[in-house]
Amino acid sequence: MSLPARVVTLVVAFLAVVVVGAFIVVHYFLGGPPTVDYAAGVTPNSGAAVNVVLQEDPQNTVSTHPDWVSYFVQDPKTHQWIHTTLFKVPAGSRINMTILGYDGCTPLRNQYFGKVTGTIGGIVNVDGKPTSQINSWSGCNVGHTFSIPAIDLNVPMATPSNPNANLCGTSPCTSGPHRTETFSFMTPKAAGTYFWQCRVPCGGGFVDGFGGPMQTIGFMTGNMVVVN
Amino acid sequence: MAAEAVGEQRPAGGTGENHGLRIFLIWLPIAVVADILLYFVYGPHMPPGTMSDSAASQQFDIKVMAVMAAPIMAFVLVYAVYALVVWRHREGDDADGPPIYGHTRIQATWITVSSVVVLALAAFGTYELAGKPFAGAGSGEGPAPIWKPASGNVLQVQVIAQQWRFTYRYPQFGGFETTALELPVGRPVQFNVTSLDVIHSFWAYQLGVKADANPGVNNVAFTTPQHTGQFTVRCAELCGLWHGAMFNFGKVVSPSAFETWATATEAQLASVTAILPPYSTTYDPTVIPNINKAMAKAGIAGANGYYYPPQDPAQP
Repeated sequence: MSLPARVVTLVVAFLAVVVVGAFIVVHYFLGGPPTVDYAAGVTPNSGAAVNVVLQEDPQNTVSTHPDWVSYFVQDPKTHQWIHTTLFKVPAGSRINMTILGYDGCTPLRNQYFGKVTGTIGGIVNVDGKPTSQINSWSGCNVGHTFSIPAIDLNVPMATPSNPNANLCGTSPCTSGPHRTETFSFMTPKAAGTYFWQCRVPCGGGFVDGFGGPMQTIGFMTGNMVVVN
Repeated sequence: MAAEAVGEQRPAGGTGENHGLRIFLIWLPIAVVADILLYFVYGPHMPPGTMSDSAASQQFDIKVMAVMAAPIMAFVLVYAVYALVVWRHREGDDADGPPIYGHTRIQATWITVSSVVVLALAAFGTYELAGKPFAGAGSGEGPAPIWKPASGNVLQVQVIAQQWRFTYRYPQFGGFETTALELPVGRPVQFNVTSLDVIHSFWAYQLGVKADANPGVNNVAFTTPQHTGQFTVRCAELCGLWHGAMFNFGKVVSPSAFETWATATEAQLASVTAILPPYSTTYDPTVIPNINKAMAKAGIAGANGYYYPPQDPAQP
């Protein structure tokens, strides 16, 4: 092989390695779901109220895993549903959370998490009705939970009143049987990242239902980023 | 050791010099000072502290091992430095070193000392683990523990691990379950450690308690808190995405404060206690009849996010 040919080959090989490396860094380390910003324009530690809206669906048809259950976060400016479980909120603020529950029921593995904890007043309003506890073993009552362990927040998500009704089949859901749950809690005064999760083993097709969407950010777990 | 013999035969290294004695005289004060500092100065601050009897016994064990190991490490370092200084290459000395044929006395000494140290530590460790006062040294002993505390007034606390949080049940207080772990000082505690999903490990660091949490298994560990204060509980078994965030803080309080807390918590959590399964040393949600009734009532046959029946091939 001539000298120019060897040089060209080396340069091409070098560039190929650089491109592959850059792709890995961007795709696997810098990529991922976006973070929805609820902190913009709100003064931290002022006790200001911030309205956060989520929904949980029986599927995620806008992802590469259409059969995975999933949460979505609503953009506060455009009101578009974003395929993510990352959202940013101001420190020391009152979060007024609304979660639309479109998914059906799955019993909790640990009934203790049927109890509402960490919310203001210790309650969640299920379709406007104050509730402090839901028994997931007495019927088709609980679909998921929204839990932030670090602040002891746990809220069971009630299922649509008619468990035999056809559930919403396209994500993000805009129609179909669902529950509307509202509750409030205070964010910590210190900035930090607080992971949240669902406690219902809803990872269908995975060992004990706790794989797949349960272990993947953008589906049934994510981060609440508290900023100052 | 062989180099010492070499040194005795090398003209360049100084004929007639007793390197062994020199090394010993350098090593001895270093070893004595190191041991005194380790035991009396650093020792009281060694992990995991003295918050419980098992933690204190572990700290003592670590101090003993450090005191045993320090002279050995000091000897290796002294010998290495001595060799670098005394037997270093000198200008104009290009001669080969003398051949080495072994040194029976040194080899016998080395083997004897090593054997005595290792066997003594093995005997000491076994006594510390199995001896009557130590009750398993805070480790998980399985469902049928051999070593138990002498006192019969044992507080039962069940540790339930699940992704990614520990909860605790107190069967002697109506079986309430909570995310808070409080213990009374001076009273033996029996941790019954289990899991609801994958394998975890209950590690109450300052208490010196560490026990695997396996689904379907009751792993018993004992300890007796000796001081009030806060301790950290961590999961010590890689258990999924948020394993690193699976921790909480427990408290050791006075017996009266514990009684007050436990009684108040029992009353406060009565409604959720009522829907918990009866207290058991292990739980298997897949066979809890209430779940199956709920599934049948809802027309759920399984899969797609629901519990799998035990015969489902998707189960491990």
